[in-house]
Amino acid sequence: MLTAEEKHQIDHEISLVPAPKNACIEALKIVQQNHGWISDESLKDVADYVGMSSAELDSVATFYNLIFRRPVGRHVILLCDSISCYVMGYEGIKEALHEKLNIQYGQTTADGRFTLLPNCCLGTCDCAPALMIDNDLYRNLTVEQLDEILNKYT
Amino acid sequence: MEKPLTQHIVPGRAPLSLKEYEKVGGYQSVRKILKKMTPQEVQALVKESDLKGRGGAGFNTGLKWSFVPMGPDTATPKYLVANADEMEPGTFKDRVLLEGNPHQLIEGMIVAAYAIQASISYVFLRWAYKVAAREITKAIQEAYDAGYLGQNILGSGFNLDMHLHTGVGRYMCGEETALLNALEGKRANPRAKPPFPQVSGLFGKPTIVNNVETLCCLPHIVNNGAEWFKGLGLTADAGTKLFGVSGRVKTPGCWELPMGTTIREILEDYAGGMQDGYLFRGLLPGGASTDFLVEEHLDLPMDYSSIQAAGSRMGTGTMIIMDDQTCPVGFTLNLQHFFAQESCGFCTPCREGLPWVEKILLAIDKGEGKPEHLLTLDFHTKYLGPGNTFCALAPGAMEPLQSALKYFREDFERHIHEHHCPWSKAKAWQPSI
Repeated sequence: MLTAEEKHQIDHEISLVPAPKNACIEALKIVQQNHGWISDESLKDVADYVGMSSAELDSVATFYNLIFRRPVGRHVILLCDSISCYVMGYEGIKEALHEKLNIQYGQTTADGRFTLLPNCCLGTCDCAPALMIDNDLYRNLTVEQLDEILNKYT
Repeated sequence: MEKPLTQHIVPGRAPLSLKEYEKVGGYQSVRKILKKMTPQEVQALVKESDLKGRGGAGFNTGLKWSFVPMGPDTATPKYLVANADEMEPGTFKDRVLLEGNPHQLIEGMIVAAYAIQASISYVFLRWAYKVAAREITKAIQEAYDAGYLGQNILGSGFNLDMHLHTGVGRYMCGEETALLNALEGKRANPRAKPPFPQVSGLFGKPTIVNNVETLCCLPHIVNNGAEWFKGLGLTADAGTKLFGVSGRVKTPGCWELPMGTTIREILEDYAGGMQDGYLFRGLLPGGASTDFLVEEHLDLPMDYSSIQAAGSRMGTGTMIIMDDQTCPVGFTLNLQHFFAQESCGFCTPCREGLPWVEKILLAIDKGEGKPEHLLTLDFHTKYLGPGNTFCALAPGAMEPLQSALKYFREDFERHIHEHHCPWSKAKAWQPSI
């Protein structure tokens, strides 16, 4: 069920576009902001609200890298795997994260704290390698910095 | 040296507020066009300035605008979209402008919107640019409060609304028709052209999509004139350009320099040359989808025609350096993995061809390559080239591949003959998931 607040926010987005379905990505963002991901139930709720079938909305939801159709941890780590970070040795960071968190790409730690995902270029190539955790960008990464960075997130 | 685009950007300092921006001449171009120029005159001025699109395509901006239907009988509303979906790997120039001086972008957008008589505008910003999102939101509100946005701007009768839209991550969104689909709440597949967006774009209305850096040039062209802008370039191309360098150089970064500055000057004087212990082998001049250039090209001026004549493209002007300790096969595999993953899957050559290319490169990188694999890769560079696919993604992907096969073919062959990657201890790249 969409909350009153979610409906209110979605209504605002709908008011800016010609038809309610044009606001479907914004609606998914609003729901994901609250739940962390888009469950089948949330997908149907949003689809009903903006007047689309679940299948049509899912075709949009699954197209985009950052609409999560599976549960994620409390914090999502997005590790840049594009070319400048490759040249600057992001693999060392990747291996260290696998080891420290005991998860591979696409997995969530057993305590639900972190999900680790690869990500296309973060646009900070002069400070490679780089990663983002939630809204925070970390650049010029070294393996030695990782513990301190990860400890900020509970 | 004049640096109009970055003169008020100080790294580490908050961008200018609207009041501070006005004190250094900000929004003067808006006052000038609204009081003294017709939209057609603004179009003519920009066309005459020879400003070319800074997103990579290099098309004359004023000419692009001239295909928008004008006059009282045209469809409304018309739209202007700032393409701030900077997702080309190796590219980080628009971030500098977005975070450093959002009012300059808004001012440029007002100029562009006036020139095509658009009444609604969007900044299509990639999700990862959180600082930019915050600064642009603040700046748009300030511009509304000061009367530069909204109804009857400065008493001129011209109306313009502006919204920030943050994407949810997909390289395709940088392609202008795919971007319009994303703005409409659809999958970001590209659209068939014609009709071109100028005639039928966002929600079926006339629309212009311009790159952030392109838009940021506009206030300066209005204030200083077409001749001044042309004079900024060292070669045939006009203006300054934000050039960037990433990779194993001493001081990677982004600098505003005259169009036509040589690659060597950018690499040595600004990026500080190669890091100790690393040798230069090649570079992609303007992002992941541009052809390799090598040692013999270092004295070329960075401008559209010179780089094109050398068989590559200036693209976004942000160079990625490949050093001698990076495996050319691994480097190429990383790029092709990116393109295969980001293909929208709409047309068959791209959807099927890019994963095939990636699979072959992976086999070669692992030492499982066969001599005929190189012929299959050669075939793909033609088969996925311009004209055979629905949009420019796959042809763009083939640019670094075809030039890697040309300049680093011996390295590919060594992998195949020696049954392993000669760089394997330094780096072994595995695609994610």
